[in-house]
Amino acid sequence: MEPNTSNGGRTFSRRWVLGAGATTLLTTGLTACGSSDSTGDSGTVTAFTYGDDAAKVQVKAVTRFNASAAAKKAKGKIKLEKVPGTDYPAKLRTAMGSPNAPDVFFNWGGGSIKAYQEANQLVDLTDTIKSDPVLKDGFLPSVLAAGALKGKNYGIPMRGMQPVILFYNKTVFAAHKLQPPTTWAELLDLNKKLKAADITPFALGGADIWPELMWLEYLVDRIGGPGVFDKIKNGDASGWGDPAVLKAAETVKQLIDDGAFGKGFSSVSYVNGGAPAVFAKGKAAMHLMGSWEYSTQLGKFPDFAKNNLGWCAFPKYEGGAGDIRNVVGNPTNYWSVNARTGNKDAAIAFLRDCASEAYAKDLVANGDIPTTSNAEKLLDSAPNPEFAKFQYQLVQQAPAFTLSWDQAVDPDVSTPMLTEINKLFVGKSSPAQFVSALKGLK
Amino acid sequence: MRSRSSPRPYRGASPHALLAVPGVLFFVFFAVAPMVLAVYLSFTTWNGLGDPKPVGLANWDKLLHDSRLTQSLTVTVLLTVTSWAFQTVVSLLLGVWAAGRQRNRAILSAIFFVPFLLSSTAIALLFYALLDPNFGIIHQDTLGSTSGAFLAIVFVGGWQFIPFHTLIYQGGARQIPEVLYQAAAIDGAGRYRQFFSITLPQLRNTATTSSVLMIVGSLTYFETVLILTQGGPGTDTAILPYLMYEAGFKSYDFGYASAIATFLVVIATALSLVLVRLTGFGAMRSTREGM
Repeated sequence: MEPNTSNGGRTFSRRWVLGAGATTLLTTGLTACGSSDSTGDSGTVTAFTYGDDAAKVQVKAVTRFNASAAAKKAKGKIKLEKVPGTDYPAKLRTAMGSPNAPDVFFNWGGGSIKAYQEANQLVDLTDTIKSDPVLKDGFLPSVLAAGALKGKNYGIPMRGMQPVILFYNKTVFAAHKLQPPTTWAELLDLNKKLKAADITPFALGGADIWPELMWLEYLVDRIGGPGVFDKIKNGDASGWGDPAVLKAAETVKQLIDDGAFGKGFSSVSYVNGGAPAVFAKGKAAMHLMGSWEYSTQLGKFPDFAKNNLGWCAFPKYEGGAGDIRNVVGNPTNYWSVNARTGNKDAAIAFLRDCASEAYAKDLVANGDIPTTSNAEKLLDSAPNPEFAKFQYQLVQQAPAFTLSWDQAVDPDVSTPMLTEINKLFVGKSSPAQFVSALKGLK
Repeated sequence: MRSRSSPRPYRGASPHALLAVPGVLFFVFFAVAPMVLAVYLSFTTWNGLGDPKPVGLANWDKLLHDSRLTQSLTVTVLLTVTSWAFQTVVSLLLGVWAAGRQRNRAILSAIFFVPFLLSSTAIALLFYALLDPNFGIIHQDTLGSTSGAFLAIVFVGGWQFIPFHTLIYQGGARQIPEVLYQAAAIDGAGRYRQFFSITLPQLRNTATTSSVLMIVGSLTYFETVLILTQGGPGTDTAILPYLMYEAGFKSYDFGYASAIATFLVVIATALSLVLVRLTGFGAMRSTREGM
C-alpha cells in the first residue's frame, strides 16, 4: 500500500476496504476468490463454473478451446475455476464485487443475473448472437430466450436442459392397474385409488421447499397460462393477485389436506435422498421433479431407474388457459460475460464452442440433454435414449418454458417467496393469506 | 494464595509488548474491523456489487418495524432459555457424577465427551437423517411441526454441548474439599442433603461460567438451524443469526443484514454484562474463602 500513502493519507482505497470487509464477513470457505487477477492483463480469461460432476464437460471444453486456432486468433486462454456448488451464488456475488471478478461465469439466467445487469456488469450479447450464425442457429430459441432479460440476451446456454417432469413408479402403477394422468381429474382419481391402496400418491421433499415450488409453478401455468408468471417476473407484484395464483394455491391446499403427499413431507428432503428413496421403494407412486431425478435414481437405485421409472408431462387442468405442452424448470444454465473483461474476443470465441457438436456430445455422454439445435441426432448415444428423446421433444415442442420462479425473480424476492410457499404447505397460512403476502413482496 | 502486594520477583523479565502485536492485529483485523464495517454498512444499502449507498436510518427503521424480528427475538429467547435449562440440569448432574470415583466412570465420561469432538455441521446432518420420517428413528413429521422442530434444535444443541459443560462441572465438583462432605456425613447429612447444601452452593461460580457460555453461545447458534430446519416450518425457528444469514447471503441485502448483526452484537454484549453483574462473577470471589 506504499504508493497510496502520499495520496493525502488515503492509505486504503474504499474498494479495498469494502472488499476486505466482504471477505471477512464471508466464511473462510468462500474467501478463496480468484487467485489470478484476470481483468486486463495477459489476455487470460477466467471462467467460474458450478463445481459438480457435470463440470467435467466444461473442463474438456476449456482444454479443447485453449488448443484451438480460435484461441490463438483471439490471443487468449481460458482458466476454469470450479466453485463448490452450495456456495456458488454467494461466492460469485462476492467475486463480482471485487477486483478478482471472473470474465465469464455460470448462472441460471433471469433473476440470478439481474443485479449484475443493473450494475452494468454484463456484456449485452444480443448483437453478437444476431450477427453470428453459429450462436444464432445453434440453440433452441425458447432456451436462448429464457436466458434473456427484457428482450436482451446476456447468456449462452452451456449445460443440459432441466424440465420438471411427472415421474411415476411403473411397478406400483402396474400392480394397481393405473395409467399416468393426462388431466387433473385423472390425477385426483389416481390420488383416491392410491390412498385406498395405502400408498402415498406423491413423494415430496418439502424440507427443501423448492420441490413444493414445482407444484405451484405447474398449476399456475396450467390454470392461468405462462403470462401470469411472466408479469410477476418482470417486476409487477400485482401479478400475484391473478386469480390463477389463488386457484393454484387452493388446489395445492386441497391436495395437502387430502393426504396426497403423505403426512411427514415437510421433514423429507430431496437433497439427502429421502424423497427419491420413498419413490423408488414404492412407498410413493409419483414424484414431480426436475429431469435430474433420472440420474439421481440411477445413482441410488439403478435397477429402479432402468426398469421401473416412468415419466409423463404434467397433466392438463380442465378449463385452464395453459397448454399441456408448456414446461417449467430450468431451461439450462448459461455463461455470461463480465463487462470488465480484458479480452472480450477470447471470451466470445470460447462461448461459441458451446454450440459445437463436440460440446453437445460431451453433454450427452454425461447424461445431459443439450439445448443445441443439433442435439436430437446425438440422443441415440445417450445412456437412456428413450428418456433423452422424451425430454428433448418436451422442451423443443414447448410453446413456453417458464424458468423456475426462485431463479427468475430477484434474490430478495425469492427468499421471502419460498418462505411463503413453505408456510402454505405446512398449513401456517391459507391460500388467501399466501396471495396477499406475495402481493406485498416488492 | 499469593497476596497482591507481594513483590514480583521477575520484574525485568516480563515479556516485551511487541509479542502481543500479532494477537492484537489478528483481533483488530478479524473482530474489530468487521464489526466497525458492519455498523457502517447498516447505514447503507448494498447488494454486494458496486459501492454501498448511504441510506441513513432506513435499515434500522425497517428492523424496528419488521414483524419477523419480533418473532425471531421471541424464538431466540425461548431457545436460549430452554437450551440453558436442559443443558444446565443434565451437565450439572453428569458433571457431579463424573467427579466421583465409581467403577467405569472414566470410560463412560470419555464416551460422553465424544459428541463435543464432532463438528456441529456433522452432528446436524446426522440428526437430520435420524429424523427422516420414512427412514429415520421416529416415524413422525418432527421437523415439519413447530414444537418438533424447536425441540429438535434444543436437543441436538444439548447433545453437542452438554459434554463440554459436564467437563466444567466435573472440574468444579472436583475442587470441592472432601472435608466438607466428611463433616456433613458426621452431622448425619444424606446424599441429597450433601448435594443441595454443599455441592450446589460450591458450584456457584462454575454455574455462572457455564451459563454465560451457554447463553452467549445460544445467541450465535446457527449451523444446526440452517441444516435442520432452515428457519422452518414457515419462519417458526428463524432465530436472529439465521435471519441475518438469510438477509445477507440469500437476499443479498447486506445493509439490512449488517443492521441485524449489529443489533445482535449489542444484545449479546448487554446480556453478558448483565449476567456478570447479577451473578457477581466479575468480582471473582473465591468459593474457598473463609475455609
